[in-house]
Amino acid sequence: MTYKQRIDGRGFDETRPMEAKVGVIPRADGSAMFKIGNTWAYAAVYGPRNLHPKFLQDPRKGILRCNYNMMPFSSSGERVRPGGSRRSKEISLVTEKALLPVLNLDEYPNSVVDVFIELPQTEAGSRCAGICAASMALADAGLEMKDLVSAVSVGRVADKLLVDLDYSEESYPDVPVADIPIAIMPNSGKITLLQMDGEVKKEELMKLMEMGKKALMEIYEVQKKALKEKYHGVEE
Amino acid sequence: MHRELRNHIIGLLSANTRLDGRKLTEYRKPIELEQGVVKTAEGSARVKIGETDVIVGVKLEVGEPYPDTPNEGTIIVGAELLPLSNPEFELGPPGIQAIELARVVDRGIRESKAIDFKKLCIAPGEKIWMVIIDICPINDAGNLFDASSLAALAALKNTKFPELEGEKVDYKVKTDKGLELEKTPIAVTVIKIGDKFIVDPDTEEEKAVDARLTVSSIEDGTLCAMQKGGDYPLTIEDIDKMLEIGIEKAKELREYL
Repeated sequence: MTYKQRIDGRGFDETRPMEAKVGVIPRADGSAMFKIGNTWAYAAVYGPRNLHPKFLQDPRKGILRCNYNMMPFSSSGERVRPGGSRRSKEISLVTEKALLPVLNLDEYPNSVVDVFIELPQTEAGSRCAGICAASMALADAGLEMKDLVSAVSVGRVADKLLVDLDYSEESYPDVPVADIPIAIMPNSGKITLLQMDGEVKKEELMKLMEMGKKALMEIYEVQKKALKEKYHGVEE
Repeated sequence: MHRELRNHIIGLLSANTRLDGRKLTEYRKPIELEQGVVKTAEGSARVKIGETDVIVGVKLEVGEPYPDTPNEGTIIVGAELLPLSNPEFELGPPGIQAIELARVVDRGIRESKAIDFKKLCIAPGEKIWMVIIDICPINDAGNLFDASSLAALAALKNTKFPELEGEKVDYKVKTDKGLELEKTPIAVTVIKIGDKFIVDPDTEEEKAVDARLTVSSIEDGTLCAMQKGGDYPLTIEDIDKMLEIGIEKAKELREYL
């Protein structure tokens, strides 16, 4: 069984169309929107600000707190019940770990940087879209950062290796499928998020990481351009 | 707590102006309304009033009717004051503010009979459509009540039924059949600060509110729902004036639909 052509006609190493914008939520200290295909994420950053409850405070450095949430109407199936699920809690956790390495919160003892990710519309790749939006929002908030974070999923459908799986690929029936979300710090090339479900060979995974890197550099360019548009008025 | 801010606002109001230079009964500009912004919803709309930005999505589900209304479907309105949209909002189950917002939007739609609940009946006593309306603010810069009500109505107008196959809803297939709206209830929140009345408060003005009255009215000016809020009482004369403003301004907002 082979997967000859992608359902939406993209190349195997191609992402879905992207759109990014910074400063979309005026009340936040930093904010961004990131859209990839039909997956659409907003991120807002508040802080560094006082951390409550007090027992969570760290007197040596500030902490990062992320929350990933799908809006109730953001899934093409049934309504998503508000209030968070085990899935959204886990995604919040891995998002936090994906973003933390680029931040330096040493100057903000007892404080918190809150990152709220909201998805009005999803169709696969939502944690990656959320991470892309969040890292832009952190930069927009003016926090000291070593790098941005760019994220995409790679994977396989039947015999093909591909980048940025959409829903129909993620749930492709009756063939081996693997879905591997990756986040990197584009300048150092270091990986800050890696998950996978499905089945894949080690050699294939290493190849996928290379394919992913190329797509991630494109995503990085989209993120940088959006940031520059706000801060330098660059138009292309 | 906000006494100085309130005094400043009152000073401006007595000179017939506001913090941002608006007239007392003037909405922020621009007002933008966009329908069908969320493809995964059966209906959706996004309303921006000045910097306030709200997305409302409608999902349709099949459920059982209430025993006392076996031939009628129903609506459910939910609102979440997302901490993304305002530094003062916190994570957690909907608080009283969110519940009030949802109920005020619900009442405007329900009591105006904008939706004929009988038309939501699939099989009497067995199956009905539940119209679930969720309000999600992206940026709360004041007046979520009016922005959410307008967005909810626009989202309902934009709603298409999904295909129904026996018990199951096929969300992938949207039919041409839309929700028919019989009325267009518009909510206008009139604020009293000192002895002045304003509409469309911004974040600062909301902190200085003495009393508010949300007035929902339909095309011919008939009132369909009200909600008084704020810590101070209103006189009958106040209410007279506030209703007049509410009905008048609703006509203006209805133009955006």
